Amino acid sequence: MKPSRRITIVAGTLLITCLVGSVLLLLHIDRERKGATLEEVLYISSPTLLKRMSLGYDGLLADVYWTRAVQYFGDKLTRGSEHFDLLAPLLEITTTLDPHLLVAYEYGSNFLAPKIPGGADQPQRAIKLVEFGIRNNPNQWHLYYDLGFIYYMELGDYPKAEQAFAAGAKVPNAHQIMPLMAAKMAEHAGNIQTARLMWVTTYQITRDPMVRSNAVAHLNALQVDEDVTTLERLVSHYREKTGHLPQKFADLETANMLRGTPVDPLGHTYKLMPDGHVEVRVPDDLPFIEKGIPIGYIPPRKPKLPPVN
Amino acid sequence: MTAIDILGLEKTYSVGFWRKKPRCALKPLHLRIEEGEIFGFLGPNGAGKTTTLKMLMGLVYPTAGSAQILGMEINDPRMKAQIGFLPEQPYFYDYLTAGELLNYYGQLSGVAAKERERKVREVLGRVGLPDVMRVQLRKFSKGMLQRVGIAQAILHDPRIVFLDEPMSGLDPMGRREVRDLMEQLKQEGKTVFFSTHILSDAEALCDRVAIIHLGELRSVGAVADLTSSVEGKIELVWHGNKIPAAMKALGADCHVTGDTVRAVLLEGNQDAALEALRREPLRIISLIPVRTSLEEYFVRKLQPSRAAAGVTQ
Amino acid sequence: MSGRIIHIASNTFREAVRDRVLYNLIAFALLMSGAAILVGQISIGIERLVVINLGLTAVSLFGIVIAIFIGIGLVSKEIDKRTLYTVLSRPVQRWEFIIGKFFGLAGTGVVNSFFMALGVFAALLYVSHHFQATDGWVLVALYFIILQFLIITSLALLFSSFSSPLLSAVFAFALFVIGTFAEDLRGFAGLTRGIVRWLATGAAYMVPNFSALNVISSVAHEQPVAGQLILSNTAYALVYASMALCGAVLIFERRNLK
Repeated sequence: MKPSRRITIVAGTLLITCLVGSVLLLLHIDRERKGATLEEVLYISSPTLLKRMSLGYDGLLADVYWTRAVQYFGDKLTRGSEHFDLLAPLLEITTTLDPHLLVAYEYGSNFLAPKIPGGADQPQRAIKLVEFGIRNNPNQWHLYYDLGFIYYMELGDYPKAEQAFAAGAKVPNAHQIMPLMAAKMAEHAGNIQTARLMWVTTYQITRDPMVRSNAVAHLNALQVDEDVTTLERLVSHYREKTGHLPQKFADLETANMLRGTPVDPLGHTYKLMPDGHVEVRVPDDLPFIEKGIPIGYIPPRKPKLPPVN
Repeated sequence: MTAIDILGLEKTYSVGFWRKKPRCALKPLHLRIEEGEIFGFLGPNGAGKTTTLKMLMGLVYPTAGSAQILGMEINDPRMKAQIGFLPEQPYFYDYLTAGELLNYYGQLSGVAAKERERKVREVLGRVGLPDVMRVQLRKFSKGMLQRVGIAQAILHDPRIVFLDEPMSGLDPMGRREVRDLMEQLKQEGKTVFFSTHILSDAEALCDRVAIIHLGELRSVGAVADLTSSVEGKIELVWHGNKIPAAMKALGADCHVTGDTVRAVLLEGNQDAALEALRREPLRIISLIPVRTSLEEYFVRKLQPSRAAAGVTQ
Repeated sequence: MSGRIIHIASNTFREAVRDRVLYNLIAFALLMSGAAILVGQISIGIERLVVINLGLTAVSLFGIVIAIFIGIGLVSKEIDKRTLYTVLSRPVQRWEFIIGKFFGLAGTGVVNSFFMALGVFAALLYVSHHFQATDGWVLVALYFIILQFLIITSLALLFSSFSSPLLSAVFAFALFVIGTFAEDLRGFAGLTRGIVRWLATGAAYMVPNFSALNVISSVAHEQPVAGQLILSNTAYALVYASMALCGAVLIFERRNLK
């Protein structure tokens, strides 16, 4: 007169088996369908239409799309893609649904604007995105920073960048970097120091781990560019003095031009080439460098960003 | 053989959100019902009758104790094929017709396909509903539903029939018919176990009864044995406003209203009372039983705990 | 044994049909005809798209509503109204009852979807005057909707085995909505840390995955559906529904029917 034990055992075992089975199948389906949801969902191509259809739950939907955007970009980056076509629409939908989602604009300036493979290479679209953000959030200094960032980094348009930073400086509670950055744009825009300051600032004011990681990678690259320039100048100097090229860095040391063996920000030693050039030893670890690239080196499709922490 | 063997069946419900308040619906019950008898399970509402029946049907799991029906366990399908059950105030699938419903039950009870139609017709005739095969159940009155309920309980020719308040919802004619039906079932060698709070039915039908109150078994035995200790009362009404001395001597309780007198006295004194009136002479208007013997016994049995429980009915 | 399940199933089907469930088809037919005629008149170049999107969405929503309300009604109502007592006092095991109910309800849903599918194809024919090869994918979308329907029905049965009709309906509908965003939920979970991550991931995998079964948009754009996906989804739906039914059986077996 108790519940049947046989039924309990059979049903219980079957339940656990099915549970495990369903999870395994889900993993399998997920693998098969990577990104498919996005492709499918973006068939609702008009953000305003989507906003109307969301029946007032646009905040939640914005969060959903934001998550999708982050996953999309991260996923594409990991697979070394050359196209990030859906990033712009995803960010546009996100911000249409929730114009106050500030992180989306920051993402746009850091990853929509830059060239492939570090971004989607759509600076104009990124500018439109951030300007939309500014219109909807006129007192958020961070957005002016994002705008100035794009003009400076991707378009090299220093006057426009200065305008953006200056406008942001006027906003109540603006970060103290804003007027400073505006001044830099006016005078030392082409300077490597300015670029470094920009990246350090980006690193400090963001909370997104990917943005941070990207900033660190750029800072490393700037360091390498500076190091290589300095080292090659020393090599030139040495040749003037001695009439021949140094064989190794130790030679420069002997000539009192250098102290210790030069290493790059990741700890690998630089290589002194026979023709006087300086190269990095592990170029794969240093995306974004402009100097010190070994001849004939083809960068991998996916830039290796430092680990996110 | 023993039809139903109840061994210490007990049910306690834990009530309240945190399940702290136990409510005892049935104290350990020991009862044995033999095959071929009509057994009445009597008690006021809330006594534990329906709980017992549900445990026997496997609808509710007992807290302790066990029971066997026809020597088999409660959830044994072989056992279930040989019993029929009519729940209290039954309700059926609104949109099926009576014929479809009984056919469905027949299927579930394992009645062979060839015989089903015949048996359905037969049983509907037996409960007094010969023309409703194609009528949807939502159109049935309460009394008709009760009859359909009985029909589904006996459709598959079970050895034991369990009926929970079989007379409820029936008019006097209907109750008579059900009583006759139960007698017939007994003639056919079936066992009938039914619960009720209408004592006159029990008195008329049962071989044995059990009286249960507040979850506890108060007494069990043959009706004749139980009632041999008590007498019923009768009410005598006559014309005029005169009360013969003999009446008072018989211990009658008399009231005068207008030009009639109403007296209540013990059944055994019936003849003496009639004689007293005839001698006057006084014209008798009516003589009816006020309480049956079983009722008297029942009330007495329930008295102490009812006072204790503060129940008024 | 299986005979009894079939009897319970066919009785459930009959009860559902007589309960005027299939009248929803009339509403559906009106909706489809109205839409088709409207779209045909406007002739905006995307008639097929609109008809397929609207039609399949309607099939899906009608189907889910039916699954939830009929499913819950048919079990909770039986328990409430005690029709169950006369069934279980017969040689019917409790699990047979649950499984039989499931098949009855599933059958109702399939039949309902079939008629609605005819409506969709009729509307499609009306607006585009001929069928295309890619219309075959619409059948796949319908098949997936039926799979969703099976999952929801099994969940409705699970909830009605222990909960009141209203709560069961609420839970089942909530799971439907959450399940539609299941992939996003897994994405969210992936962004969390620590114990929250464990709980969130666990929950995200338990929720029915309707995201993969939602191919309405892509079918409307004449995109094919991978054969692998059809197989995986079928297996998933069967496994998930079985899991929910096992839960229902386990709970129902233990229930005291007051």
